[in-house]
Amino acid sequence: MLAKRIIPCLDVDQGRTVKGIRFIALVDAGNPVEQAKRYEAEGADELTFLDITASSGRRDIVADLVQRVADEIFIPFTVGGGLRSLDDMCAVLRSGADKVSLNTAAIEQPEIISESAQTFGSQCVVVAVDARRRNAGIASEGWEVFTHGGRRPVGLDALEWAARAEKLGAGEILLTSMDRDGTKDGYDIELTRAISDSVRIPVIASGGAGKLEHFYEALTTGGASAVLAASLFHFGQYKIADVKNYLRGRGVVVR
Amino acid sequence: MLRKAERLVLPGVGAFGACMKALSERGFDQLVRERVAAGTPLLGVCVGMQMLFEESEEFGMTPGLKLLHGRVRRFSDELLVPQVGWNQIRQRVAHPLLEGIEDTAFFYFVHSYYCEPAEGEVVLGETDFGIRYASVVARENLCGVQFHPEKSQAAGLRLLTNFATGAF
Repeated sequence: MLAKRIIPCLDVDQGRTVKGIRFIALVDAGNPVEQAKRYEAEGADELTFLDITASSGRRDIVADLVQRVADEIFIPFTVGGGLRSLDDMCAVLRSGADKVSLNTAAIEQPEIISESAQTFGSQCVVVAVDARRRNAGIASEGWEVFTHGGRRPVGLDALEWAARAEKLGAGEILLTSMDRDGTKDGYDIELTRAISDSVRIPVIASGGAGKLEHFYEALTTGGASAVLAASLFHFGQYKIADVKNYLRGRGVVVR
Repeated sequence: MLRKAERLVLPGVGAFGACMKALSERGFDQLVRERVAAGTPLLGVCVGMQMLFEESEEFGMTPGLKLLHGRVRRFSDELLVPQVGWNQIRQRVAHPLLEGIEDTAFFYFVHSYYCEPAEGEVVLGETDFGIRYASVVARENLCGVQFHPEKSQAAGLRLLTNFATGAF
């Protein structure tokens, strides 16, 4: 059986992780390669690096990091953040990343999804959808797509956008609930379910993980193929093995 | 340089037709046939495994290298395709390629099409994804794996070591 995936996410600026990992006492907490190795050893199924470098030389900085990760990590990893063109994506993939994640660029020029899918294959094109409820309490009013960390609405319905991204060639949807991100209140299960029902490609749930049952809900009721979390793992609240043991105990297939 | 190689790996990511075209434009399709006939061990990975077969359904029927009998088919639309993630190999027969690898070990897969060998005896391992399909094949000096050993941690590295050092 295909296992459900647990994916830690690392935020990277200038080739260094922004949030250190508190439970790693022995390794350099800002070194993304060391963190990645630690997560790999603990049983992470994939890794996601979100680059937030804003300087002009960013492409070289990112390519250098990706190469160092690829040299030492033997699980798949995705790189996202600021990829604007096929050239940007090519640089990251050539350096050794397995997938690229597109967000703002895909919204501004949706044809970049089909161009990248045709060039590199759908399997390495992840479209990140940051969604926020139109009405916090009422799921039936739907979710709107945002960019810039949830600050800028783009006038797209999240369900329609995800379905369109799939048609254009996206291989996976990385779905982040802006309402839940950082809250530890749990993934937005209604959103996750609604998106899973709207597409026939894997959905990665993100935003809100705070307890073990949150992972279970996203992977079962939510219909997600994978769950992503950042601070929960970085701050050592749970190890990946804790999550997997819990899921296994409740009958979810994990590696 | 490829002619002098003692072992060959045929990788493949993306569309079957594009991979075949990239091979034939460089004359590598002939070279692969020549080296395999000469007994050089070859490992096809992902689309590289699929290309060993006669043809693929991807974008109409596209011919492959025809080194193994059978064809490449698309997973049912009922499934979430591509299959992305870790799945298990059920080993059918002992083989040097799988030495030291636990039965039902997990490997990393990313694919929308799967191989359907015409001859059951080439199948070393199978995987369940909606159906049970051949995920590891071998015949003489020819091996193919549908997953990515280079992304499958210890089990994947062991398989690559087996390929690099085993007697085929």
